[in-house]
Amino acid sequence: MAKVKPRVKVPRSAKAGEVVTIKTLINHKMESGFRKDKKGELIPRKIINKFTAEFNGKKVFAADVAPAVSANPYFQFKVKVPESGTFKFTWVDDDGTTYTQEKKIKVGG
Amino acid sequence: MRVTRRQAFGLGLGATALILAGPATLPAVAKKAETADDAVKAFTGGAEAKSGKISLTTPEIAENGNTVPVAFEVESPMTAEDHVQEVLVLADGNPRPGVATFHFSELSGEAAASTRIRLAKTQNVVVVAKMSNGSYYMDKRLVKVTIGGCGG
Amino acid sequence: MATGLFSSTAAKLVAAAGLAALAASATAVLAGPNDNKLVVDGKEYVTKLPGPEGGPLKTIYSGWNFRNEATQAMQLDDFDNPGFVNVETGEQLWSAVDGEAGKSCASCHNDASESMKGVRAQMPKWNEKAGKPLALEQVVNACRETNMKAKPWKWESNEMLSMTAFIGSHSRGMPVNVKTDGPMKEWWQKGKDIYYKQVGQLDMSCAGCHEQNFGNMIRADHLSQGHINGFPLYRSKWQKLGSAHRRFKGCMKNIRATPYKVGGDEFVALELYVASRGQGLSVETPAVRN
Repeated sequence: MAKVKPRVKVPRSAKAGEVVTIKTLINHKMESGFRKDKKGELIPRKIINKFTAEFNGKKVFAADVAPAVSANPYFQFKVKVPESGTFKFTWVDDDGTTYTQEKKIKVGG
Repeated sequence: MRVTRRQAFGLGLGATALILAGPATLPAVAKKAETADDAVKAFTGGAEAKSGKISLTTPEIAENGNTVPVAFEVESPMTAEDHVQEVLVLADGNPRPGVATFHFSELSGEAAASTRIRLAKTQNVVVVAKMSNGSYYMDKRLVKVTIGGCGG
Repeated sequence: MATGLFSSTAAKLVAAAGLAALAASATAVLAGPNDNKLVVDGKEYVTKLPGPEGGPLKTIYSGWNFRNEATQAMQLDDFDNPGFVNVETGEQLWSAVDGEAGKSCASCHNDASESMKGVRAQMPKWNEKAGKPLALEQVVNACRETNMKAKPWKWESNEMLSMTAFIGSHSRGMPVNVKTDGPMKEWWQKGKDIYYKQVGQLDMSCAGCHEQNFGNMIRADHLSQGHINGFPLYRSKWQKLGSAHRRFKGCMKNIRATPYKVGGDEFVALELYVASRGQGLSVETPAVRN
């Protein structure tokens, strides 16, 4: 499988208290656990089962994910930014691997 | 022995009758299958999910059930006292109805999100919002899924 | 105000199309292509143009115009387009040293945004050394084997798709412009013969669907003109990127025919001919389809 690469889109700057839109996408097959291989045996489930977004250490958004979320999971959501800081995004794989990405945002005015 | 079409049909009917007559003989896995209604009840703890406040946007026709964009938005001031805590997304015609549960807080600013989901066939997408005061709101949309063509 | 994030995208799409009626059109029976405009980062792509005089198509439409708004929305923003994960992977592969010669693509071709500009738009292209036209995949592998002394990539591998998506992305918005004269003429004719030949248990040809019935529904699907200006492209059905040859193979299986070999002369000839039918359409690599 292709190397898993999380992608996020966060505005570089915002006004204090502004609600900004964040987009995230991670390439992942999201093997549902319902499919069978050529021999007729079930292919084990392997999905991203959790996604969290933190801002300056505080959880601001999260998703518990089932196999019905499409391959290459995409989440778009909003966050209110009171001050400059760092977003940390975490994806948790069924195999225990976590993928993280960080983005800074500058808040002024 | 050769089984004729008619005999095979009879056998099939017999088997159906057996299943109808004896639910106790159904395999355990079939009994456990959770419906979307069950999932909503489990989420609300039996409380009624009213319509309003939450609005769901989906395409009316999905050209492929593998990637169906869905978005929702909940009316809420999103303050510490009054905000949306969670939104449950269900697909009532999938083998398992659960799609995702989104968690919000007053730091979210707005309780709105979008994602892309898998729909096995034409069915309803259901969203239920849990508010911080313990009330629940729901919206539902039918998505027609085109299956069986060549997509070209 | 917008009722949701997706709907705001949809609203933008409708606004871009300049047709408010489209908002309600999803329920209508699809007939013919739609007129939605493909605008990415403020740049408009040519998805519709008059066909050449005497040609089989009065108007040439990209596959884009046959998809509904939900599918189209995924191509309107490079972030929303899952094909861009491959473009980014391709960018890394471009400068990754591989093979016994200790070279990367960048060792010879430097900055891809300069050196690869317009390359995808001209593929398949005549290759003097091979004595035949080569598809982009074959050019990449020829370079890997001859110049990098590296192992060739499989046609449908993640590496190859990422590289062709990355190279192709540097031709985005440029018109498809394949050569069909000189030594290419024979190959073009070979591709044309395949295009019109009825094959398989259903006795169908490419033309039967994509020339005579584009815009119509075949079962639940809206038939396009079958242009390949967006390949490799992200397809929901595949849940990943795929090559034009993979699409040809799928089509042939659908009509119960034995597909030609991916990367074989027949498909290269067909790729050339099909590309020529869409001369002038903007390259959309990596496009998004259903």
